[in-house]
Amino acid sequence: MRTLLFQSIFAAPVTARAPAPSAQALEELGRKLDKSARRLLGRSLAIREVDAGSCNGCELEIHALENAVYDASRFGIRFVASPRHADALLVTGPVTHNMKVALERTFAAVPAPRWVIAAGQCAVDGCVFRDSYANANGVADVLDVDLHIPGCPPSPAALLEGLLALMQN
Amino acid sequence: MTNDLFALLKKAGRKAATQRGAPRHEVKEEGWRGLAERLGKKGSGEKGLDLMGLWADQGRVLMALFQPETGQFGLASIKVVDGAFPSVGALHPPAIRPERMIRDLFGYDPVGLEDQRNWIDHSTWHQSMPLSPQPAAPSQPAPYPFLASRGEGLHQIPVGPVHAGIIEPGHFRFTCAGETVVRLEERLGYVHKGIEKLAQGKTPLEAAPICARISGDSTVAFSLAFSRAVEEALDLDIPQRAHWLRALMGELERLANHFGDIGAICNDAAFAFIHAHFGILREDVLQAAQTCFGHRLMMDRVIPGGTACDLDSGGRAVLLALLDGLEERLPALIELYDSTPSIQDRTRTSGRLDPGLAHAFAAGGFVGRASGRSFDARAAFAYPPFDRIALEPACAENGDVDARVWVRIREAEQSMILIRRILADMPDGECRIDLPAPGNRVREGIALVEGFRGDVLVWVRLDRKGRIARLHPRDPSVFQWPLLEDVIRGNIVADFPLCNKSFNCSYSGHDL
Repeated sequence: MRTLLFQSIFAAPVTARAPAPSAQALEELGRKLDKSARRLLGRSLAIREVDAGSCNGCELEIHALENAVYDASRFGIRFVASPRHADALLVTGPVTHNMKVALERTFAAVPAPRWVIAAGQCAVDGCVFRDSYANANGVADVLDVDLHIPGCPPSPAALLEGLLALMQN
Repeated sequence: MTNDLFALLKKAGRKAATQRGAPRHEVKEEGWRGLAERLGKKGSGEKGLDLMGLWADQGRVLMALFQPETGQFGLASIKVVDGAFPSVGALHPPAIRPERMIRDLFGYDPVGLEDQRNWIDHSTWHQSMPLSPQPAAPSQPAPYPFLASRGEGLHQIPVGPVHAGIIEPGHFRFTCAGETVVRLEERLGYVHKGIEKLAQGKTPLEAAPICARISGDSTVAFSLAFSRAVEEALDLDIPQRAHWLRALMGELERLANHFGDIGAICNDAAFAFIHAHFGILREDVLQAAQTCFGHRLMMDRVIPGGTACDLDSGGRAVLLALLDGLEERLPALIELYDSTPSIQDRTRTSGRLDPGLAHAFAAGGFVGRASGRSFDARAAFAYPPFDRIALEPACAENGDVDARVWVRIREAEQSMILIRRILADMPDGECRIDLPAPGNRVREGIALVEGFRGDVLVWVRLDRKGRIARLHPRDPSVFQWPLLEDVIRGNIVADFPLCNKSFNCSYSGHDL
């Protein structure tokens, strides 16, 4: 372990360069959020992730945000265990009917001001699961959504671009 | 006198299906029970059978059977009479949840099944019995009585469906005596999206994107199983190169997931250093997949008829460089895992899965192989290109968290060797062929392939126009989830994340 630690001190960092905030996301947010609301976030964003019926693909890529390459924590982005500690809900999946109540209760537990981010194509429009007897056609059917991050699944870079747009004053 | 599976099926009923691989025999009640009684009987002197899947079609219930001694694989089906069929779960517990699923989706009653509770139908859908020809009004919401535990000082801990981490939703009900778990009961179904019904009426190519999203971490495995099932139904031989490309993607998927899992297991024991390093290894694999195949998880790259993309010489060089990098860094990390007492203290002897249970439930993947059940679909069925590449499944005997880590390590090493072999021996040529016309005939196909988590089964029935009349995908988690309940018994609550991660069952793949 000492050897590995020693090596990593002298090795170049594996961390990727910071992406620019997504222009599309900035435009969507600009329409919805006033500057003062976004200023409240300051330089940190505490996120509670809720899987509302995804295939787990989005979760894999959200996990990747925390690895050494994307290292979302350098931007003040961190994932919290309790919705009561969260500024934003990051929701994936088309919102299955079986998860609707759990999602609504989780949202209710987030203190205001709060933001809802729909990540992944299912969360945007239901994707291949559209018009099923068992789910809604995206998060907007259940909660007011502030930011959509499309992609199936969105790459960690795309997720980061969207989240940075939310944090940019 | 023979107890071979094919002989047993022949004795139980007439051959019904025309698929070229596994035979399907339509059996009567007596034959059905006879087969059910042989399930999970290992080491009792007679040749036992493994239950590989249990599902319903219109007016019929089917079970997929595998006989380890002979390597034979076949299907038995029974007609549903008056909305009912004889329960297999009453004789063989692994069948209980699949039968509850059949009841929720079709309304067919498994006669003799004690558990009358709904399973994935939480009374929220727009209809009940959604797969029956006449779906009914939504079921009435009712309390879900968890199984009782009685004793002095017992308390319950409800967990989920929204968990603390970035993971899929499900509910765990722990009953504990102090720190020790006395009973865990799972309640699943929260991510049910009606996948089987969504696929109906679509052509195989239209349904392929749905199958690629049954479980995102196993997208290649599900696409492969679906494609092979469709190709079997249509009696289609695809170009050789496609087989090798599919295997290449399958092994990359296994590598990425095993790296992610090993890191995450260590992270759940607070060994963040290993997690960080394995996170980088996983990322390297995904970035190589993006470069070579245009998608990090390789979704929609395996399709009926072959593959949607080919690998050029540039891609080949990327993969060789990836392997060089992995082979250089992996040994030191494995050495670190093996020589750090604090992590070993957590993983050794924790969450031990009894080999008897692993065999009875026909547990696939690292869950089964870490408890001495050597089944690996790549070796057992030698589907191409594994007919040309011999493979010795990586096994362990201890059945604890540590054993499941070691099986993953050995499989990751094996996958790297396999990828080199595939890159060296892959034949040239086309990688895709058009699907033939269905020929105005109802067709069936089944495929079992080895995903990273274990054996993935897909069964399809195509109608006369070649559209999907019925699709049933079965994730390995179906037979692994119940075992987790047993594994945690007697462990402390704080070790549940560790045990759970070492299983890493799929919620989406289970719930469909």
